[in-house]
Amino acid sequence: MSSVDIQTVLPELILSVYAMIALLAAVYTSKDGLAKPLTWLTGAVMVVVALLVAGGDGARAAFGGMFLDDAYARFAKVAILLAAAAVLVMGEATMSRRGLLRFEYPILVTLGTVGMMMMVSAGDLMALYMGLELQSLSLYVVASLNRDSVKSTEAGLKYFVLGALSSGLLLYGASLTYGYAGTTLFSGIIQAASDGHVGLGLLIGLVFVTAGMAFKVSAVPFHMWTPDVYEGAPTPVTAFFATAPKLAAMGLFARVLFDAFGQAVGDWQQIIALLAVLSMFLGAIAAIGQTNIKRLMAYSSIAHMGFALLGLAAGSAYGVQAMLLYMAVYLTMNIGTFAFIMSMERDGRPIADISALNQFAVKDKLRGLAMLILLFSLAGVPPMLGFFAKYGVLIAAVQAGLTWLAVAGVVASVIGAFYYLRIVYYMYFGEEGEGLELKMSPAAWVALVGSAAIVVLGVVNFFGIETAAAAAAEALVN
Amino acid sequence: MNNLLSIITFLPLVAAVILALFLRGDDEAAARNAKWLALAATVATFLFSLLLLTGFDPADTGFQFVEEGSWIMGLKYKMGVDGISVLFVLLTTFMMPLTIYASWGVTSRVKEYMIAFLLLETLMLGVFMALDLVLFYLFFEAGLIPMFLIIGIWGGKERIYAAFKFFLYTFLGSVLMLVAMVYMYVDAGTTDIPTLMSHKFGSDTFSLLGIQIVGGAQTLLFLAFFASFAVKMPMWPVHTWLPDAHVQAPTAGSVVLAAILLKMGGYGFLRFSLPMFPIGADVMATFVLWLSVIAIVYTSLVALVQEDMKKLIAYSSVAHMGYVTAGIFSLNQQGVDGAIFQMLSHGFISGALFLCVGVIYDRMHTREIDAYGGLVNRMPAYALIFMFFTMANVGLPGTSGFVGEFLTLVGMFQANTWVALIAASGVIFSAAYALYLYRRVVFGDLIKESLKSITDMDRREKMIFAPLVFMTLLLGVYPSLVTDLIGPSVEALLTNFHAAIPAEVAEMAQTASH
Repeated sequence: MSSVDIQTVLPELILSVYAMIALLAAVYTSKDGLAKPLTWLTGAVMVVVALLVAGGDGARAAFGGMFLDDAYARFAKVAILLAAAAVLVMGEATMSRRGLLRFEYPILVTLGTVGMMMMVSAGDLMALYMGLELQSLSLYVVASLNRDSVKSTEAGLKYFVLGALSSGLLLYGASLTYGYAGTTLFSGIIQAASDGHVGLGLLIGLVFVTAGMAFKVSAVPFHMWTPDVYEGAPTPVTAFFATAPKLAAMGLFARVLFDAFGQAVGDWQQIIALLAVLSMFLGAIAAIGQTNIKRLMAYSSIAHMGFALLGLAAGSAYGVQAMLLYMAVYLTMNIGTFAFIMSMERDGRPIADISALNQFAVKDKLRGLAMLILLFSLAGVPPMLGFFAKYGVLIAAVQAGLTWLAVAGVVASVIGAFYYLRIVYYMYFGEEGEGLELKMSPAAWVALVGSAAIVVLGVVNFFGIETAAAAAAEALVN
Repeated sequence: MNNLLSIITFLPLVAAVILALFLRGDDEAAARNAKWLALAATVATFLFSLLLLTGFDPADTGFQFVEEGSWIMGLKYKMGVDGISVLFVLLTTFMMPLTIYASWGVTSRVKEYMIAFLLLETLMLGVFMALDLVLFYLFFEAGLIPMFLIIGIWGGKERIYAAFKFFLYTFLGSVLMLVAMVYMYVDAGTTDIPTLMSHKFGSDTFSLLGIQIVGGAQTLLFLAFFASFAVKMPMWPVHTWLPDAHVQAPTAGSVVLAAILLKMGGYGFLRFSLPMFPIGADVMATFVLWLSVIAIVYTSLVALVQEDMKKLIAYSSVAHMGYVTAGIFSLNQQGVDGAIFQMLSHGFISGALFLCVGVIYDRMHTREIDAYGGLVNRMPAYALIFMFFTMANVGLPGTSGFVGEFLTLVGMFQANTWVALIAASGVIFSAAYALYLYRRVVFGDLIKESLKSITDMDRREKMIFAPLVFMTLLLGVYPSLVTDLIGPSVEALLTNFHAAIPAEVAEMAQTASH
């Protein structure tokens, strides 16, 4: 271990050390009394680390190639950190109102975030697994943070059991890969598959690894846990599940496919294409019947993962760029939407029923409008950024000769548009109902209105993240 | 002014933003301010658009007033007008102040109402000016959002069904176009519309899923765009969203829908389908011609049996749009000139007819034809105006309706005699349903108790109709105002079109159509 290695992993190191200090400090002092300042402090630390990460350049490998720091990893990390910080801060008030703001929450989220950063930087199957498990274990615990609720604990348990299964699949695939490639390093595996195709053993390994990761991005047919976990977990936690971990898993997916199996695009393209088309359609169709907005958002995220996979399926640098842009836009939209959903209350009790939104926008014009913008953006209607995200992955797919996939994608997006419109319908044209209180902390308000503003104003110049995404994709696919 | 087009396009948007940010309160004063500001903005937009006419050179068949700037994702912000699009811009800016003024009676959520219409105007204008594929798509699609809200919030009883049907129908049509656009970008490496017009897309016959695709990629691209424009037009058999949307939309919404939104389909055919996929268009032309005639005859017959005034006019719109598509796909000067003329004229006439319905709907709150009768006794001015536009709708010589129908029929006759013959029968049908409607609503004795106290049009209503009457007459007696402006551009379009078609394909199409 040299000082260069330490420097490379410095952001992760800072966050880990911070998490440990915070844990000790909280345990030895006032415990939950410290939860509120700790949440804000964690958010601030994450933003600082994000700035630190964003300042890096070049490509470095630490610990003999097990840990990679390149433009790709940095793009993903900045997005992960900012999303995690935003979700923490905007959910603070809601969590404490529901009596769920324990000091473990920000710490577990921090550790989960370290795991995610590890995932997108992995250069080795072991590092990959380490990051993935650190992330998953933190998430299992936060899912059941509401210890007294049957639904919440069920969500945690379900997540854990199915997550363990997927980890098993992934590990099995990793061991096969190691067996046939003779190394766990991505840089070694790619050489074993350098003639354009992988051998049969390696292929089976690839399939298992892919299945394990598809579980993490909740791509169909590995999506079953998503609606239940989304519904059961406390809403601010759901907001977290829907954002940063999705990007991390997608980032890891691309990392493995391109860094380890990048020479054998033909071997995995079909798998990804199939995952994509199934996710897009299931996400679009299954959400139609939902009355619980959290379950609906779960299906919506499945559909969105399908679109992001469309970019990966292209197997090109442009595809990765489109995927990264898609995920960045997806994070923005989901943060705003969940800031809204987590504030839905009636008589102090959380409400998740869509019909509670009846006439909402008549009474509360600004927040209604912000939600309208986000919903149309989620549906992929121009001029919102959600459209440009879809446009990017469609181009990637057509460039790769997957026109049929692009056609399937847009058809699915029309089906999906229906349920987003249905929420708009409740908010704007619905019957007078029981009404809804929207208790929003200033942070949540900023998250909602800010993300709505971003998806509209982004149409001018995308805030320049396009070049960053292009550089990131270039770093991964070369 | 080098950015005249941007000013015209975004002026309503600026007004909408000002309304949204700075106009507080829900009281009557705020509502009045919203109305006046919206009216002022749309009138200002119209005045700016008149500058287009003064600077426009009809002899130049290229794009004029072009603005260009870089944009995200390799796209360009590029705007421009040519002889084909400039009049649609003017039609839009001309109709919008009238629409706003016609909405003076709106009482609920006035501010949002005005914002929605101003936003819609920006998006519609953008459609006619965009010279970048994706920019066009952006304006084209985004227009669905305000229209969805207009129908859904301010519409009639079945508004929700109508709003969803409208949105999903048109959305499905346009996403297929989006895939085609993506394909075009990948194939040609640009989204610049003028460049794409000279790009030759593949036209070699190939087989897909066992079907021989004559005209190859061009035919498929044509069909993808056709899916979008045919729905927007709307053409039979994908017209069913229109009667629902029209009936449920508030009066102003119907006017915008009939006068401007429907024209986007026809404009799309002229801007994309003909110049970019000439071979595909040539292969499909006969098919589209026949669809158009079916539309003319079938929807005219359907209009004859309607009980609801708005539905009747909606079906009549579909029939009149049939002349437009038939004219365009006659693929000759008279046909295309006539199609553009018909679109403009239909913009005035159908807009006015929906306003006519609005006038009595505002008083009686019903659109049932049976609820009226003998209105001439109490509303002489209304009877006169309604008569005028009924005649214009029928295509009486001297009104603009006649010129449009006549030119398209001449065009059709040259392309396919049978099509022209059947389409001409639509003229008779249109006289039948329009006069039948007029007789039931206006003539006869005023026996219905509820109508005894109905009042004639007030000054505001007369002021709305005056410009429409003027334009309908003006274009009816002096059509070369339009044809001189569009002629050179249409001629260039058709010259390029026919030059792009290889001799053997043209011959095949010739034999197929006879």
